[in-house]
Amino acid sequence: MKYAIGIDIGSTCAKAAVLDENKTVVFRLVQPTGWSSVDTAESLRKALCVAGFDPADHPVVATGYGRIAVPYAKKAITEITCHARGACRLFGLEDLTVIDIGGQDTKIIAVKDGLVQDFLMNDKCSAGTGRFLEVMANTLALRPGELCDLARLGGNTSISSMCTVFAESEVISLIGRGEKRENIAFAVVDSVVQKVVSQAGKLAEATGAVCLTGGLCQCDYVREALEKALGRTVTTCADGRFAGAVGAALSGLKL
Amino acid sequence: MADFLLPAAFEEYSDARKAGFLKVKAAKEQGRKVAGCFCSFTPLEILDAAGLLTVSLCGMSPETIPAAETELPRNLCPLIKSSYGFYLTDKCPYTYFADVIVGETTCDGKKKMYELLGRGKNTYVLHLPQGRDVPYAREMWTEELRRFVRYLEETFSVQITDEKLREAIKQRNALRAARCRLMELLREDDLPISGTELYTFLDGIGFNFDIDDAIAKTLALADDLSAQKSQKVTPGGKRVLVTGCPIGGVFQKVVGAVERAGGNVVCFENCSGIKPSRCMVDEQAADPIQAIADAYLDIGCAVMTPDSKRFETLPALMKEFRADGVLDVALQACHTYLIEGRSIRDICKEQGVPYMALETDYATADAGQIDTRIAAFMETLGE
Repeated sequence: MKYAIGIDIGSTCAKAAVLDENKTVVFRLVQPTGWSSVDTAESLRKALCVAGFDPADHPVVATGYGRIAVPYAKKAITEITCHARGACRLFGLEDLTVIDIGGQDTKIIAVKDGLVQDFLMNDKCSAGTGRFLEVMANTLALRPGELCDLARLGGNTSISSMCTVFAESEVISLIGRGEKRENIAFAVVDSVVQKVVSQAGKLAEATGAVCLTGGLCQCDYVREALEKALGRTVTTCADGRFAGAVGAALSGLKL
Repeated sequence: MADFLLPAAFEEYSDARKAGFLKVKAAKEQGRKVAGCFCSFTPLEILDAAGLLTVSLCGMSPETIPAAETELPRNLCPLIKSSYGFYLTDKCPYTYFADVIVGETTCDGKKKMYELLGRGKNTYVLHLPQGRDVPYAREMWTEELRRFVRYLEETFSVQITDEKLREAIKQRNALRAARCRLMELLREDDLPISGTELYTFLDGIGFNFDIDDAIAKTLALADDLSAQKSQKVTPGGKRVLVTGCPIGGVFQKVVGAVERAGGNVVCFENCSGIKPSRCMVDEQAADPIQAIADAYLDIGCAVMTPDSKRFETLPALMKEFRADGVLDVALQACHTYLIEGRSIRDICKEQGVPYMALETDYATADAGQIDTRIAAFMETLGE
């Protein structure tokens, strides 16, 4: 059996996925990226060897912002292309809009016939990204997942600042005012969702089913809030955060 | 011989910068007057005919932006901030030694910056019409140029004759034609020169005070390249047309990323590229000022509303240079180009050519993201 390995080194988490020649995911692994992409790549390599997939024996394609820090990769492909390919495989679709809320980037990718038509990434700032949510969760002494769950219970509060630093001050002043934690959590998720929706609006080609990938896709409330704000069905899947790694591995199968 | 003092910090400057200062100082000591220009709309022929040396003023480096931000808002185009910063810090030899700085009423940021610049430097602002389609635009611009002629004649005690103007028109046309010939070599399948090399050459030649020498060097390079096609450039690389703002300050970030991703920039539809070089002045015209006005008004810049010239030229250039993709590069907070991007996107869509817009500044903070975006764009163009 032929296998291919995809490595996706994101700003927060590093993911690895192994596909067999039938394009089935046979192994997946996630770990924090930490401060060094090179060390992370090495630690993933060891873990892959232990699992029986020595990168020396199988084609490896790297993606994510740390894609150039994977010395054993045969090829580096951007996360845009990999997320699109991976999402097509994971969702079983050829025409779709991928929304990937990552640690430092939020990407919206319009895919038609399995090919990227157009894409948008957030500007330099972290508004609308996982990092934004993580910083706010820290301020509220919550884990990001807990914040999303709590947000479902809140409402009627908003954060106007898009900048993470200013938004954090705004959250602190809400805390000072005695605002309920669930209401602040609601405002944080709402801010991320609004930013993503305004970005999606700029992408005219963004038609087809909306599929959510990236670290936040496991938070069901985020998916629901996006669905409501976009007025379209948003689907996700268990392997959603591995979309980039799966896409990279798919490219590896062709090497 | 007049004594021209160097800036106080001269000894701390790099060798290249020192050389620039000494070159201008030497010219001034020989009695030459220097005009500093910012924009492609500056009617160079008139300055040539007045006997002034013309040079583009520095505004492509992040180095002077912190100084500029002591007086200018942060959320402003980096080109304007950098230019003004060079004036504040005395780091640009051409700004420092300029006898007159010529600006135009192009974008709002530049207009207001010129007002501040005018407090410390002799600054002359030409009033550019806001569009070329209204019937009086041509008349107004011609009158502006006549006013400029009178100003130069009085200020520098010179006579700008029709004969001198015709001579200057001929020479500038020859330079434009030489630049075009060089740029047109990138229409070929096998590129004899990379986009980076082309741009670097054109940028450098702009600082040559001797226009005939600049023409000769440009033609010599073009001859050389057409005679021996080099194999240096990626064969089969995707062909990208770059449009938008001047890109000197973001060149590595943008053009470097295209080339790192295995592509080639084959056409620069901007001020350092083909845009002003194709605006030839009629050498036979009875009224040379009118002819100069007509040619310069034909520059397709986003300060014009509507920017009909750019809308006409872009699809033609996409075909001429067989562009596989268009990169629209706008500098941070450049409202005119950023908003016009929407129309450019539609034009590209009509032409069936993939389009991507980028907004960036001179800082390196977003270099990684720009690299990824451009690499992803190149991937969408296919293998």
